[in-house]
Amino acid sequence: MTKNMIMGGLAVFVLAVLSPFWFNMVTTTQAAPEPELLGPAKEARKCVLDKYDMRANHMSLLDEWRDAVVRDADRIYVAANGKSFNMSLSTGENSCLGCHADKAKFCDSCHTYTSVDPYCWECHTNPKEIE
Amino acid sequence: MTQKYLIPLAAVFLLFLVAYTGAGAGLGWFFGIVVPYLAIIAFLVGFVIKVMGWAASAVPFKIPTTCGQQKSLPWIKQNRIDNPDTTLGVFLRMLLEIFTFRSLFRNTKAAFNRNASKRIIYSWEIFLWVGALAFHYAFLVVLLRHFRFFTAPVPQVIQFLEALDGIVQVGLPGLFLSGVILAAATLFLLARRMYDAKVRYISQASDYFPLFLILGIAATGISMRYFTKVDVTGIKEMTMGLVTFSPVIPDGIGGLFYAHLFLVSILFAYFPASKLMHLGGVFLSPTRNTANDTRAKRHVNPWNYDVPIHTYQDYEDHFRDKMIEAGLPVDKKE
Repeated sequence: MTKNMIMGGLAVFVLAVLSPFWFNMVTTTQAAPEPELLGPAKEARKCVLDKYDMRANHMSLLDEWRDAVVRDADRIYVAANGKSFNMSLSTGENSCLGCHADKAKFCDSCHTYTSVDPYCWECHTNPKEIE
Repeated sequence: MTQKYLIPLAAVFLLFLVAYTGAGAGLGWFFGIVVPYLAIIAFLVGFVIKVMGWAASAVPFKIPTTCGQQKSLPWIKQNRIDNPDTTLGVFLRMLLEIFTFRSLFRNTKAAFNRNASKRIIYSWEIFLWVGALAFHYAFLVVLLRHFRFFTAPVPQVIQFLEALDGIVQVGLPGLFLSGVILAAATLFLLARRMYDAKVRYISQASDYFPLFLILGIAATGISMRYFTKVDVTGIKEMTMGLVTFSPVIPDGIGGLFYAHLFLVSILFAYFPASKLMHLGGVFLSPTRNTANDTRAKRHVNPWNYDVPIHTYQDYEDHFRDKMIEAGLPVDKKE
């Protein structure tokens, strides 16, 4: 190995390690989205879980809901705050999307930002798209 | 022997607790901003210094380890990769070494025969190679997947990698295979050090510490994704802040994330001072990266420097009279 080869390799390595820094300098960086509360959710201000709990846990909750509905026909979820909700992602006023009106602004903004591609929408449809 | 792994294990627990409780006590800015920046600086500076040191070191002898027929007479078939005499051969050999750990593939173990003869036998030991390959590639995939926290929008290639890694679609959030393989392979490499008496005998605290550290990183990461859960958008806000030099500490992130980040920072900072530097070292092993062409090209030891030498001719000039007097043979009579 000649010294030039070693230095060349080292330079490539340093550039690779620093790639998160320079990549964001040469490309336009998207700002962190703020999930917007639209429709009924704006007035309700009461979701099934607390804000940060919901942000972290909603996917597990939906997974449990799916099993509860499909396997046990159990459709009512009583939240810690005493309110009861219909265990449904997209059907009716008392479902997730019934309350959070805009899927693109509520679900997709964060999912796109964090590169999450949930397969919810391979079966469910966004109620707004049907109309 | 036990203290060799108990001390590193305790150290990793302690580091975890320091960050976990520290972040809870309002030191989020320290563990979330100061430590990661310091760690990346320590990593890069340490790495460069180490490699520059190696680059400045002499290679006094050409010492390729050969595993095949050397270039010889035209009718004897040479093994061009395992005993390379050209730069292309060396390049292919290095490529296979770096990407497939070829020398580890040849690993053998020595053991006494179980029958009455008790002869020592050598057998092919493939599991270290399998474990090492699984570990390194799983770690690479995990590392690359984390680019989703440092780029916005996330490049297609990272999304493709995530889709491939989560192809089994088990659970929600979907299971990533690389995480499982990484944890399993690390546990295997650890178990090997602990339960194989011969490997345990040569294992030091500096061998156990990175394994426990990586295990801690994997455990906290897996826990955050599948079990205890974190606010991923909040965390990405923070990591993006770090890489765009406008650091922020969002609310509601939780101590486990800071513990994960702290362990990763420790790994980065510790890297250049550790045996993990085989990342850079594998490129610079003279037993692999030199061609076996010493009979065709002269390799000059760079340590050879000008010293006043006293040749035989000088010696004879000096002592000629005395040598002739004593009847010793001389080259020149006068």
